[in-house]
Amino acid sequence: MEHLESFRKEVKSWLEENCPPSMRSGSEADANSASDEVWGGRNAVYKNPESKIWLDKMGAKGWTMPTVPKEYGGGGLTKEETKILNEELFAIGAKQALLSFGIWMLAPALLEYASEEQKRLHIPRIIKGEIRWCQGYSEPGSGSDLASLATKAEDMGDHYLVNGQKVWTSYADKADWIFALVRTGPQEPKHSGISFLLIDMASKGVSTKPITLISGKSPFCETFFDNVKVPKENLVGQENAGWTIAKALLQHERNFISNFGLAGVSASGGGRGNDVVSLAKKHFGEEDGKIANGIFRSEVINHKMKEHAFGLTLKRAGDEGGKASAVASMFKYYGTEHNKKRHEMMIAAMGSHGVAWDGNEFDEDEKNLTKAWLRTKGNSIEGGTSEVQLNVIAKRVLNLPS
Amino acid sequence: MKLVLNGEQQMLRDSAKDFAEQRTPVNHFRSLRDNKDPHNWDKEIWKEMVDLGWSGILIPEEFGGSDFGLAGISVIMQEVGKTLTPSPLLATAVLGASAIASYGTQEQKSKYLPMIASGEITTAVAVDEESHHRPFNTVSSAKAEGDKWVLNGKKKFVVDGASADVLIVLARTSGTKGDSTGLTLFIIDSNVDGIEVIKTDMADCRNYANIVMNDVTLDKDALLGDQESGGEAIDKILDEGRIALAAEMLGNSEAAFDITLNYLKERKQFGVLIGTFQALQHRAAEMFCEIELTKSAVMAAMQGAEDNNNDLQRMASLAKSIAGETLHLVSNESVQMHGGIGVTDEYDIGFFMKRARVAEVIFGGANYHQERYANLSNF
Repeated sequence: MEHLESFRKEVKSWLEENCPPSMRSGSEADANSASDEVWGGRNAVYKNPESKIWLDKMGAKGWTMPTVPKEYGGGGLTKEETKILNEELFAIGAKQALLSFGIWMLAPALLEYASEEQKRLHIPRIIKGEIRWCQGYSEPGSGSDLASLATKAEDMGDHYLVNGQKVWTSYADKADWIFALVRTGPQEPKHSGISFLLIDMASKGVSTKPITLISGKSPFCETFFDNVKVPKENLVGQENAGWTIAKALLQHERNFISNFGLAGVSASGGGRGNDVVSLAKKHFGEEDGKIANGIFRSEVINHKMKEHAFGLTLKRAGDEGGKASAVASMFKYYGTEHNKKRHEMMIAAMGSHGVAWDGNEFDEDEKNLTKAWLRTKGNSIEGGTSEVQLNVIAKRVLNLPS
Repeated sequence: MKLVLNGEQQMLRDSAKDFAEQRTPVNHFRSLRDNKDPHNWDKEIWKEMVDLGWSGILIPEEFGGSDFGLAGISVIMQEVGKTLTPSPLLATAVLGASAIASYGTQEQKSKYLPMIASGEITTAVAVDEESHHRPFNTVSSAKAEGDKWVLNGKKKFVVDGASADVLIVLARTSGTKGDSTGLTLFIIDSNVDGIEVIKTDMADCRNYANIVMNDVTLDKDALLGDQESGGEAIDKILDEGRIALAAEMLGNSEAAFDITLNYLKERKQFGVLIGTFQALQHRAAEMFCEIELTKSAVMAAMQGAEDNNNDLQRMASLAKSIAGETLHLVSNESVQMHGGIGVTDEYDIGFFMKRARVAEVIFGGANYHQERYANLSNF
C-alpha cells in the first residue's frame, strides 16, 4: 500500500510536469487547440505540436501500454499501478496520447504468439507510435466466413510471394504496416491453411484504394497485393497455424469495439452532457424538469436503464477478473446494438436537426452526429456481425449443438 | 463497491443452493399446490430455514440474528427462486425484520426481532389498496381517539398476509390520497379485534390476502417509526424487499433458462436436435445477455444496499424493473420453446411463467419503477 501511495505521488508530479495544457480536456488551452487525435506512424501530421510532445513523453515511459514488460518498451506496471495511472490521467482530463490498432489488437497477440526477435522489433515501435498498423482480414469473398479467405502466400524459399485482395482495411492508406491473414496451405482444410503475416505497406506491389461509406467518410480501404515479396521472418507463429492467432486477435478487437462504441456508458448510469436526455429536453422541451414528449421519454427511460445495467455488467466482468473473455461476444453484440440504438434515439430527439448534412444552417455537432449515426451501422458488422456473435454465444457459451 | 460476492455471501449461496436442490426441488412446490396447503408454504421447511439462520440475516446479533445484510438474504432468495420455493423469507426475513430493525423502538425490537429470528412469528407488510402499487395513494385511515389509535380501511395483495402473526400497516394520519406526507406505519397483531383476513388465490399459488380493518383499536405505542414519517420509511423498507425479490426473480429466470437449454439439447424434430436451429439459438443467446445484465443490476443493488449507498432507490428500481422484464421474456420464451408440453400442467415450466407475472406486479411493475428511476435521474 505504501508503495502504491508513493507511486501515485510520482505519477501525479510526472503528469503535472509532462502533460501539455492543450492535452487536458476542458482546459483553456484545449478549447483553442486544433484537432489532436493522434494515430502516430511514419507519415503522421500533428496539427497541434503539443500532441506530438505528449505522445513522445508517454511513449518514452511506455505508458501507452502500461502493463507490457519494459524489455518490449512497455511501462512494466502492475495491474494496481496501472489503475492508479489511469485514475490520475482521468483526474487531469488527459487525452489519449495514442490511438492505435497496434495497441488494441496486434501487440497483445504478438506478446502471446510472436518470437522473441519479433516482439523486440515490433512492440516498442507500436508503443512509441512510430509505426501505424492496419488489419488485413476480410476479403471481398470472405466476410462472416472469414476462414474462406483466398489471398495466397507462396513459399519461394527465402520469402513469401503474396497475391490477393483485402477489404475493410481501416486506414490502410495511412498505415505503415499491415498484419494479414494469408493462405499458405491451399490443400489443407480451410482453417488449417492460414498463416499470420506482417507486411510492410511500403513493399513493392502493395496498393490501397479508399471506400466511401454512407457517412461520406472513408475510414476503410481496399488493399491489393500484387506479387509482393515478404521476408520469411515476418511470419508470426508456425506456418498454417495462423487461425489460432487470428481468433485471439479477434477477441481483442471485439473487446475494443464494444468499449469504443460506449463512451457514454458508466457503471453509475450517469450520462454525458451530449446524451439523448439533454438532446430530447433541448428539442422537445421540458415540463417540470422532464422531457416534454411522454412517448419519447418512455423510450429514453428504457434505453437508459439498459445502458446502466450494461455499464454495470462491464464493471462486474472487470471485478470478476479474466472471465470476461468467455463473454467477449456478448459485449460486442450488446454494446454495438446498444450504440446503434443510442444514435437512433439521439437523431430522433433532434428532429430535422438530427438529419442535417452540410451548410451553415446547422452547427458542427449536428452535422457530425448525422455522420456518427451512419458510422454506427458498421459497428454491428465489423469484427464479426451481431449474428456471428449470437452464434458464438449459442455454441461456445450455451453449448447448443451444431 | 465490488460487483462480486464476498466469502460470507458465497457461503450463504452455497448453503442455499444445496438446500433448494435437496429439500425443495420444484416438486415441493407442486405438492403444496396439489394438497391445497392452507399456508402455501411448508412449516417444517420454514423451520429448517430458520435453523439455518435465514430468518435472522437482517437482524442485529443482540436480538438473535446474524446481521449478514441484504446481499446475504438476496443470494439465498436467488437460489431458492431457482426451485420456486415458497417461504416467508420475503415478507418476514426481509420486510418485517428490516422494518422493525430500522424503525422500531428499543421495546419493539426486543419484543419482535428475537421472535422473528427464532421463527416464532411471521410478518407481512400491508401497503397496496388499488390494483396498482401506489403507496402514496393510501386512504386507509388512522385517527387518534383519546390515548388510542383507531384504524379503518382495506389493504390488498398483502404478501404472506394469510398466515402472518404480525402486520405492518401503512395508514393515513393526515393529508389526502396521493400525498407522500401524512402517512404512518403501525405494528398490529393479526388476531386483534376488527382485523379480517381474506385469503386470495393468485396465479402463482402463493400466500396473499386482502385485509379489512374495521375500527381496529391500538395503543399509542403501536406506531412504527415517527408519526407522519411512514411515507419515507415504507419506501426504504420496500426497496430492500424489491431488491431481494429481484434476486429471487433472477433465480427464476436462470432456472427457467437452464431447463429450456436442456430441452433444446434433447428434443428432436425433423430428425435433428431443435437446439441446432439458428432461430432458437439466437433467441437463447439474447436471453443469455439479458440475464447477464440482470445479474449485474441485482448485484449492484444488493451490494450498494450493503454499503448504505445513497443511490438505493434508483438501484432498487433498476433491479426490480430489469429483473421483471428479463423474467417476462425468459418465462414466455421458455414456454414457447417447449412447444406443446410447455402449456401442460404436468410440466414445470408453466409454473415459472405464473410466478413471473405475479412477482412482476409485487411492489411495483416495470412501469412503476421506470417512472421512478426516470424521476430520480432527472429524465
